[in-house]
Amino acid sequence: MKRLLLLIYVLTGLLLVSSSTLAQTPTPTINLPKAKNLKCAIPGPLANQRRNHMKYLLHQRDKTMHEGIRNEPVSLAKCINCHVKPDAQGKLPKIASKQHFCHGCHEYAAVQIDCFECHADRPQKYIKRKQALSLKQMLQQHLASNDIKTPDIIKTGDIIKTPVSKNQQGVNQ
Amino acid sequence: MKQSVDNSRRDFLAKTAIAGTITIASGVLLHQTANAKSLNETSTRNPHTPVSNINRWGLLIDTNKCGKSCSACVDACNTENGLAGRTGPQDTQYIRKVTLRDKSTGHELSLPLMCQHCESAPCVDVCPVNASFIRADGIALVDRHLCIGCRYCMMACPYKARSFVHEELHNQKTSDPRGIGTVEACNMCVTRVDAGKIPACVEACSADNHKAMMFGDLNDPESGISVELKKHGGKQIRADLALNTGVHYQGLNE
Repeated sequence: MKRLLLLIYVLTGLLLVSSSTLAQTPTPTINLPKAKNLKCAIPGPLANQRRNHMKYLLHQRDKTMHEGIRNEPVSLAKCINCHVKPDAQGKLPKIASKQHFCHGCHEYAAVQIDCFECHADRPQKYIKRKQALSLKQMLQQHLASNDIKTPDIIKTGDIIKTPVSKNQQGVNQ
Repeated sequence: MKQSVDNSRRDFLAKTAIAGTITIASGVLLHQTANAKSLNETSTRNPHTPVSNINRWGLLIDTNKCGKSCSACVDACNTENGLAGRTGPQDTQYIRKVTLRDKSTGHELSLPLMCQHCESAPCVDVCPVNASFIRADGIALVDRHLCIGCRYCMMACPYKARSFVHEELHNQKTSDPRGIGTVEACNMCVTRVDAGKIPACVEACSADNHKAMMFGDLNDPESGISVELKKHGGKQIRADLALNTGVHYQGLNE
């Protein structure tokens, strides 16, 4: 029993020491350039961006690579375009520089980033997708909508037993 | 009341459909009268929908039109993808200009050789981590997030299309992320294709007035490339391997 009590004392002592050192830990002060846009592509409070940005990026990376969807709201290129800004000399900081938005924070957190072994670390003009639909697509959509939309008469009317296509012709006229 | 709303909407769409048909018809007429090779078909996919096997993107290269001393396609490729343009044995080359010489007649042929974007690609077969893959629309790619740099695909490729990045790189392009320890090859300018454009090499070839390269959808029987292939035929390099390449050549003799 004595031994157990001793163990408890030691453990509480350790806990107290560790909590007191935690209290002394300096709060992070990283002077990083402000982003171009005040509204971040990652939704929610700043904590969400800090804690979860990698998840947002990981989620869209496979969509982009394998499915060719390149206009997701969150993308590394967009992060870089908004957050990496020229320094006092007008030069864009490289990833090795502490002035680089990603590097500054990651150095503090001691988390290595591999993104920029391959990806561009500075903003570039990149190709944006045209939003307009082609005539071919409009035609396809038109045909698809014909399949889905059945006139109300067929749903409610008991009398009409004619095929769907005939009714659709009637509506067209 | 609802019906009348439907009517006007349907009328509008019907008119658009007719307009579309007229445009397509005039396009076909244009093709019949003018040079078929100027018709490069581009992607019209809705940017929010994933790529699908409705399309299969391919290239057609007319070796008779390819300039022997011209390297416009290679230069455009290097600029587009941020390649150094060196041609050493360990340097990255997405496109190689190859000259073939018939020993008996002395006849020389010049052609650009790049990743042939096979349907049943050996690089995909051998990749131990599924980094090599064929995208649904027929473009062969390397997912460098997964690539471990074993270079098995380089050995498997019959076209010597792939390269390995030996050294740390800087100043890569946003459109073509590439880095140390991974394998890379021609990606048919996938970001351009997704943006509804044609690959940089094809654009440069046309701009240089050779018009030896053509880009389009092999699955669409009305696309310029399909019409041309049907009319004049084309060869796949090493067709005996039955890889069904997406790149076709004209003017090659067995």
